[in-house]
Amino acid sequence: MSSIDYSEKIPNNVNLAEDRALKRALEQWQPNYLAWWKDMGPDDSQNFDVYLRTAVSVDPQGWAQFGYVKMPEYRWGIFLNPGEADRKIHFGDHLGEAAWQDVPGEYRANLRRIIVTQGDTEPASVEQQRHLGLTCPSQYDLRNLFQVNVEEGRHLWAMVYLLHKYFGRDGREEGEALLERRSGQVDNPRILQAFNEETPDWLSFFMFTYFTDRDGKFQLCALAESSFDPLARTTKFMLTEEAHHMFVGESGISRIIQRTCAAMNELKTDDVGKLRAAGVIDLPTLQRYLNFHFSVTIDLFGADESSNAATFYSTGLKGRFEEGKRTDDHVLKGQTYKVLHVQGGQLVEKEVPMLNALNEVLRDDYIKDSVAGVGRWNKVIEKAGIPLRLQAPHKAFHRNIGSLAGVKVSPDGRVVSEAEWNAHVDHWLPSAADRAFVASLMGRVVEPGKFANWIAPPMMGINRQPVDFEYVRFN
Amino acid sequence: MDMADAAVIKQHLIDPEICIRCNTCEATCPVGAVTHDDRNYVVDAAKCNFCMACIPPCPTGSIDNWRLMPRVRAYTVQEQLGWDELPAEWSAEQLAAEGVVAEGAEGSGPASAALPAASAAGAAAGVAFGTSGAVHAVAYGATLPPWSAAHPYTHLYGPKAAEKSITATVAGNVRVTQVGREYDTHHIVLDFGAMPFPLLEGQSIAIVPPGLDAHGRPHHARQYSIASPRNGERPGYNNASLTVKRVLADHHGQPVRGVASNYLCDLKRGDTVQVIGPFGTSFLMPNHPKSHIVMICTGTGSAPMRAMTEWRRRLRASGKFESGKLMLFFGARTQEELPYFGPLQNLPKDFIDIHLAFSRTPGQPKRYVQDLMRERAADLGPLLADPDAYFYVCGLKAMEEGVVLALRDVAQQAGLAWDSVAAALKREARLHLETY
Repeated sequence: MSSIDYSEKIPNNVNLAEDRALKRALEQWQPNYLAWWKDMGPDDSQNFDVYLRTAVSVDPQGWAQFGYVKMPEYRWGIFLNPGEADRKIHFGDHLGEAAWQDVPGEYRANLRRIIVTQGDTEPASVEQQRHLGLTCPSQYDLRNLFQVNVEEGRHLWAMVYLLHKYFGRDGREEGEALLERRSGQVDNPRILQAFNEETPDWLSFFMFTYFTDRDGKFQLCALAESSFDPLARTTKFMLTEEAHHMFVGESGISRIIQRTCAAMNELKTDDVGKLRAAGVIDLPTLQRYLNFHFSVTIDLFGADESSNAATFYSTGLKGRFEEGKRTDDHVLKGQTYKVLHVQGGQLVEKEVPMLNALNEVLRDDYIKDSVAGVGRWNKVIEKAGIPLRLQAPHKAFHRNIGSLAGVKVSPDGRVVSEAEWNAHVDHWLPSAADRAFVASLMGRVVEPGKFANWIAPPMMGINRQPVDFEYVRFN
Repeated sequence: MDMADAAVIKQHLIDPEICIRCNTCEATCPVGAVTHDDRNYVVDAAKCNFCMACIPPCPTGSIDNWRLMPRVRAYTVQEQLGWDELPAEWSAEQLAAEGVVAEGAEGSGPASAALPAASAAGAAAGVAFGTSGAVHAVAYGATLPPWSAAHPYTHLYGPKAAEKSITATVAGNVRVTQVGREYDTHHIVLDFGAMPFPLLEGQSIAIVPPGLDAHGRPHHARQYSIASPRNGERPGYNNASLTVKRVLADHHGQPVRGVASNYLCDLKRGDTVQVIGPFGTSFLMPNHPKSHIVMICTGTGSAPMRAMTEWRRRLRASGKFESGKLMLFFGARTQEELPYFGPLQNLPKDFIDIHLAFSRTPGQPKRYVQDLMRERAADLGPLLADPDAYFYVCGLKAMEEGVVLALRDVAQQAGLAWDSVAAALKREARLHLETY
């Protein structure tokens, strides 16, 4: 591989050409990354020319360059947002000190863990989504899927860059391990459980990109506040890309709703059987998918009380969402926050030290953001003149982490018995029959401008191209 | 009416129905003009400086919405935060009722120079044919208009006409390049009031600068190609626009202040100028369905291209030109110097195929329009052979030969005999050259 000019091949703004040690490390990692991509990247698509966005610099003009590219030849680059001169730590025990340009020894293990956990989700989602291309509802959607995939790949690069650059040999070993774990594999799974679930169909994919990539947004936002400046700068740039992923999810679900509502009005019915016969996804099924993805995703924020969360905050490794825009003391000692737990068969709030509740704080910020988007989906239903509304389930519904794990709670927030849960679970979460029905709709539509029957076309194309643009050339 | 009241802005708005509240625009905005609450992301009209930094990062396209508004009636942040959808555009009557008259889409400040093309701007740029205006320089150029051209009126005003010149009023004057020391190009809107001055895209008018030259004689008139389509810079109004580059050096690079260009660039709204014309009977656009237009220009040679593009854009909804292609090859020294760079970026890609060449971008190899034409030989070849495809070249004299040579190469690559292609282009009035 010595013939490759890495500084040329890897677009970057980190002076890669001048950092020989880093360059050598990446030279050794890159072939393994490409082998992973060929092995676990999108199925049967390595030879397609895909109309993709590539970042070649971090300024507004440079980061969105569009053109056809074969995915294995995508120029995965390394970008940090521009540094802020004399940036100061703005929360935790080190408040007011200069931000770190290198890793302080005492926080090395925790920082590595944070970066590896974040980095692990990136290839995991590519693996989860690798078969979706075979059942895409349109070229436009296929292209969006591939864009999400290559950018998850780039996010892995971003994290591996930090590991290689700042964590020496340990970091390089972690970089290899990131390519060795596999989503859903029993003996070497991905770190977080939600990333070991399958993404079996496009409804799940859109829900995943709406809900789970939004978790990514909140985690990245919290890391963008970090006292470790290279981490803050790299995650800031990742957020720009993450926005596209949430757009895919939000607009995808919105288009499904639009199509369903059109069919409801056309057939003048809300009968699930008739709508399914017409080949569209009924709103109750959408609600159940929503319940599932919402609840699985809010588990990702971790236990509601966590001493790790307190440590990460106080030591300045990970801030809160929009830490810089908050007006409290940014130290949080002696403050409290309300978390839910179960007492005597009831959900009750209890006050706990704020520092220990920071996972819950981030989760609540996330919920507020998610619920707003559900409101926007409801606007589509409202516009169609249909009375039904979608709703995010209660925070305690279907939880598997923290003090709420193990209690059965209905979507409207009542603690229910095991028997009641079992009687209703198929109304609350997607049943096997729901999943089978959704799977039955998944056929491959790839003619430019054509869309599967269960989804409406988008309002506009990518990069001002028309909707019927040839987003993928299959060769 | 006070000037400030009449001032019009192209207000930047975010479509709340498409926006996914990802915060990218707010994070990108260098001047803090984007803000949000729990419901909407909005742009503060008082802060937005139209730098366009937020446009490419937006994943949805919702960021790219514009409304022509009297400045004093601009939507406030509070109003925008309450929206569920964008308000309708103001009609011409509503705007007129607010005192916005015959101003087209031009704003009142330099900021609007960078505005996108929501209503008026097409491709394009400045002109300054110099005074010769002759198009016979090169043997390849046609001397007749396309068969479907509209009939032009010429020489309605001039030395030999009954009326020597008429008075036009400046309705707008804004800069359309970025601020630079060595270049300064203006978009100037002239209103002819009640006087007849029918114009077609590709035609030019001439301006008579006031005063006397060094010999004590009146200045001769300077000709400028119009940058607006036949129904006015603002549709339905008796006005036209020019794109004028301020001349600060002569062809040899010696400092010289161009008489007419400096006069024009310094005009204020409400000033009057003496105008003669119209001129031009052959550099006219085809008007038949499915006709294709290939436009090749440099710097200030793009005014007629803007006019043609804008006319087609206005007619786009008619469906008449549904499969008619527009291709633009546009060269300038740098992006900053390219007139209307912003608006150009905002034309839909399925409407016009745009290729920009910059010859003086630091650190980049020099690129000329001919290079781009050779790169797109696969698309240009069939057009050379297509009787419905028309080629227009406008810019500095020096580009003429290079462009003709590039066309020859394209033809040969497509297996066409250049001699017969060239003869057909000329005979059928499909190749038009206008250089200065």
